[in-house]
Amino acid sequence: MSNAPVTRVVLAKLGLDGHDRGIKVVARILRDAGMEVIYLGLRQTTASIVAAAEEEDADAIGLSMHNAGHLALAPAMIAALAEADLAIPLIIGGIVPEQDVAVLEEAGVAAILGPGAAAEEVVAAVRGAVSA
Amino acid sequence: MLTLIERGGEIADEITELTHPAAKGAHVVGITGAPGAGKSTLTGRLIRHLLTLGLRPAVLAVDPSSPLTGGAILGDRVRMDDVASDGGFIRSVATRGHAGGLALSVPGSVRAFDACGFDPVLIETVGVGQVEVDIAGAADTTVVVVNPGWGDAVQANKAGLLEVADVFVINKADRDGTNDTRRDLELMLDLSHVSGHEDTSGYRPPIILTTATDGHGVEAVWDAVIAHRAHLESTNGLERRRANRFRHEVRIRLGTRVETSIAAVTADLEPDGRSPAAVAIELATRLLA
Repeated sequence: MSNAPVTRVVLAKLGLDGHDRGIKVVARILRDAGMEVIYLGLRQTTASIVAAAEEEDADAIGLSMHNAGHLALAPAMIAALAEADLAIPLIIGGIVPEQDVAVLEEAGVAAILGPGAAAEEVVAAVRGAVSA
Repeated sequence: MLTLIERGGEIADEITELTHPAAKGAHVVGITGAPGAGKSTLTGRLIRHLLTLGLRPAVLAVDPSSPLTGGAILGDRVRMDDVASDGGFIRSVATRGHAGGLALSVPGSVRAFDACGFDPVLIETVGVGQVEVDIAGAADTTVVVVNPGWGDAVQANKAGLLEVADVFVINKADRDGTNDTRRDLELMLDLSHVSGHEDTSGYRPPIILTTATDGHGVEAVWDAVIAHRAHLESTNGLERRRANRFRHEVRIRLGTRVETSIAAVTADLEPDGRSPAAVAIELATRLLA
């Protein structure tokens, strides 16, 4: 195999939220786009995600949110990454009401993917966030 | 550093040069077995146990890359707690096209962990079938995880994975068929004795029953690893294994270089009326000159 960098993405569900159908689809989409997906699964904490991102040398972090907690959880994640001195882009997928998109972008979320996002959009969002 | 090692090439070789003299000789434990046997769950439980013993364990958890896209879903961490805050380290590794149950970068990453003071280093292989036994060339102690009902006595005597086990674990031992599986494995070990293929130093791999999901038997697995290590130390086995490991790594590195050369000389090959054998012989003469 070549020595070219491979994009490594940490995917997780942060907090109490058991809806993992979407994130598993995203994992598969990114895999088929040639990326290495480190899947952490359910009930992660900001600390466990920071640790994994550090140990795995992640290029991006994707969190799936379906519990209406995004306005609290996404900024908490960004704060945790900043505290650990990690400049890794954060992408949020799931149910984010339209009026919250700008709020999250303002908070520093690199990309927000809704339920209708096509596979190409998901891949483009990750590639864009990584190269930004 | 691990990312650079995984990427390979000259930088990875340089890191090997730097870490080689700094390696302290950490005990390297391989954990292998079929997909879904419970390797990750067992490994996760083992790290917890090792941390309570005051050790500083590192894990390389290997999962397969897609042969089609090169992508991978590395899902071993799902079964493992976050241990970074307690001094452990888990790294997920994709095979990136390498067969045999490991990734090419594994020896380099093990050395880096060792140089950084992690001990032991656990390597969890991809879910393997019968012949992916690379792990035996990379580890000091190889733990093979099977499940109740995984096969009968004939399976147990087939060549391959079971031959390289230093410790057997029957995981999911709360299920039916555990005793049958244990009997089949014991019989297989007995037959090694009959056929004269047993370990001449008198070591017989123990069979440990575990239920990794609730942690049952996990301490016994580690005790068995320690016992195996003690046996190796008392019989010069550790030196033999490490010499073997050295040869194995040289062989793999050499093989990779040769494969690259082969890919280069065959990339633009067109049929020219000669037989494939004739062309191969001519190219071999040229490559090995």
